[in-house]
Amino acid sequence: MAWVLRGLREGIVTTRYPKKADDYGASFKASVSVRAAATTPSPDVTGPVPSTLCPTLAIEERTGEVVIDRGRCILCGRCVEARPDLFAFEPSPEVASLDRAGLFVPEGRESDEELARLRAELRVRVRALRRSVHVRHVDAGSDGAEEWEVAALTNPVYDVQRLGIFFTASPRHADLLLVTGAGSAAMTEPLRTTYEAMPDPKIVLAAGTDSISGGLLCPSYATRNGIGSTVPIDVFVPGSPPSPFSLLHGILLAVGLLPERGAR
Amino acid sequence: MTPQPNLEWVDPQALAVTVAERVSGGDRFAGLFASAQADGSTVIRALLAGRGLLDIVQAQLPPGADRYPALTPLVPPASWYEREIHDLFGIEADGHPRLDPLLLPVGPDEQWRPRPGASRMDPKTSLELDNSALSSRVAGQGLFTIAFGPVRSGVFESVEYLVETFGEDIPYVQSRVHYKHRGIESRFGDLGPDDGVLLAERVEGTASVAHALAYCQALETLGGVEVPPRAALVRAVHAELERVASHLDSVARNAEGAGQSVAYARMTLHKERVQRLRALLCGHRFGRGVVVPGGVAGALLVSPAEALQALGVLEHAIADDARSLMDTPSFLDRLRHTGVITPAVADSHGALGPVGRGSGLAQDVRSERPYGAYVILGFEPAEPSDAGDALARQQVRLEEITTAFHLAREALDELKEEDDGPWHLGLPVLEGVGLGTVEAPQGELIYLVEASAGRLTRVKQRSASFHNLALFPEAFGGDILTDFTFIEASFGLSVAGVAG
Repeated sequence: MAWVLRGLREGIVTTRYPKKADDYGASFKASVSVRAAATTPSPDVTGPVPSTLCPTLAIEERTGEVVIDRGRCILCGRCVEARPDLFAFEPSPEVASLDRAGLFVPEGRESDEELARLRAELRVRVRALRRSVHVRHVDAGSDGAEEWEVAALTNPVYDVQRLGIFFTASPRHADLLLVTGAGSAAMTEPLRTTYEAMPDPKIVLAAGTDSISGGLLCPSYATRNGIGSTVPIDVFVPGSPPSPFSLLHGILLAVGLLPERGAR
Repeated sequence: MTPQPNLEWVDPQALAVTVAERVSGGDRFAGLFASAQADGSTVIRALLAGRGLLDIVQAQLPPGADRYPALTPLVPPASWYEREIHDLFGIEADGHPRLDPLLLPVGPDEQWRPRPGASRMDPKTSLELDNSALSSRVAGQGLFTIAFGPVRSGVFESVEYLVETFGEDIPYVQSRVHYKHRGIESRFGDLGPDDGVLLAERVEGTASVAHALAYCQALETLGGVEVPPRAALVRAVHAELERVASHLDSVARNAEGAGQSVAYARMTLHKERVQRLRALLCGHRFGRGVVVPGGVAGALLVSPAEALQALGVLEHAIADDARSLMDTPSFLDRLRHTGVITPAVADSHGALGPVGRGSGLAQDVRSERPYGAYVILGFEPAEPSDAGDALARQQVRLEEITTAFHLAREALDELKEEDDGPWHLGLPVLEGVGLGTVEAPQGELIYLVEASAGRLTRVKQRSASFHNLALFPEAFGGDILTDFTFIEASFGLSVAGVAG
């Protein structure tokens, strides 16, 4: 009884996201952007060459343009610190993307038609899941922080059950496979088996930079550069680790409850 | 600054006997690490913790030598370390009772080994694993195994526990941690000292600050650099908040296991608030990017006064709920006499962190070998409990939450007084062997680095979970399947840190 009162006294702590923007979520450094000015680098600014700044080789220079691959970025901020004229942290947690190319900023390589096709295809697949989605989490070699952030989704602040999102133990009951980790060799088989045990339609969400590209852990004899070679990824959520808001955005995007950010 | 270790060379044949003598003389066995040298030889180092000091007893195996007399028969806690060395270096510990694969199960034909160190074998892009190399031996009439994992029921790290049981009682549990092996120690060899700290933060993500701290302390010891006092204070604030989050996680999982849904919700709410407070102070929920070699990246993002205020509110709310939790009989009954590690077992194994302190061992790196701000702040560990059960471990964690807040507050108070100066110092070109140890949330964390002309040739980390997980099967005497949750939650292990 004492506990019930204790719970009630706190009042409502649950975020209104995605109905309303969340102040905390919107203040969180969740990705790095290339400043608009950077596409035409100013000749009077000198500093370290952008592509040498990144420990995970996420920065490329293509014919005078600077491109960041968020699928490789571990948000260490080295580039922002060394070249604030070119790079900046972007506060929005809505970083999930339906295609790998969408993680390249300022703009992805895939054409608009390709993205539209992907989105339409996913929409058909997830039509039945809009009201409720059951999530099976698998750790394929994470550092453990991702698990904390995934588990946080069920705490009173995020309370994802209110949105019809549930975690399930059995892959047989799962619609969405949420995978963390860089794809450790020994988890390849258990991950594939879990995927195969899920009924159709099924969606795969790669949670975190490690699961997308291996991040700082690759190349290595013991990892597979992310999980993409083991299971087909539908939604990419970068971050190291991705915050609960980013994960929630990814799940909602997967089941078609949110428009994709920056839809082109 | 962690004092430089005393190094003693012995013949490989004499390593086991020398270490055993030191242990029977009262030293604690703290680890056994191997490292490949530039000339193709392998150095094996045993770490021994005496009063206030860490000593290294080391032996060199010439190139091509692939065996040495095992330590395990004389010093049982060395068992997992020798299995690890066997997996990563292909070096056999002669006389080890059960040299089963721990991190890399490979078939008998696979000759390649990662051999982290100065002379690594040619890198391999992928290694084929062979699960048949794993032991699944079960002996006894009516005994069978239940496999928990590697894909667990819930949001957990991947690990497989093979529970050997007659149906209810659990005589033995085998832990298979290799599912998460990421080859981190080999990966360190590709990175410079400055990028290495980013990898250290990702060895065990839930203890990012502690890992970055131990890694940097190893470099700083080696380079003879004393970090600026105010940087040491910022480090302590983050390290203590990390401890609070980690202990809340363990307590919340106990509450969840016992079906205390309101308590579980409350504890996870507090944990979320701690994570947010950490992000408020540095911009990252896990404190990544704070600790850099030679100091910290910069000042706290808010003033010490603001941080103190936020801290105070949180501290009060957590203490209030913790009191109620320890007053809820239906919850405490599940923990009492569950997962008992007797003080004798804890002592002979050298159990670390809250697991040790719940079983009568008072050791804590913060008081044994004070480092950084703990030298000024002063820290005395609480009186350990002798009960050794899941309740004792939870009690220890709750008390440590209180002390952690206390230390963070003191550090913030000191920070108010600190004036200008650098936040970090440059390191000289590193050469030699350096050691960094900190008290991570789960216990003593060790980093041993070898540097040659500024390049880090070997970075070896030993998380407390690695040492404590070997003790896990001991906790099941007399317990039944439904106690598993509490034993696991109260141990608070991080699999990522064990598998490396």
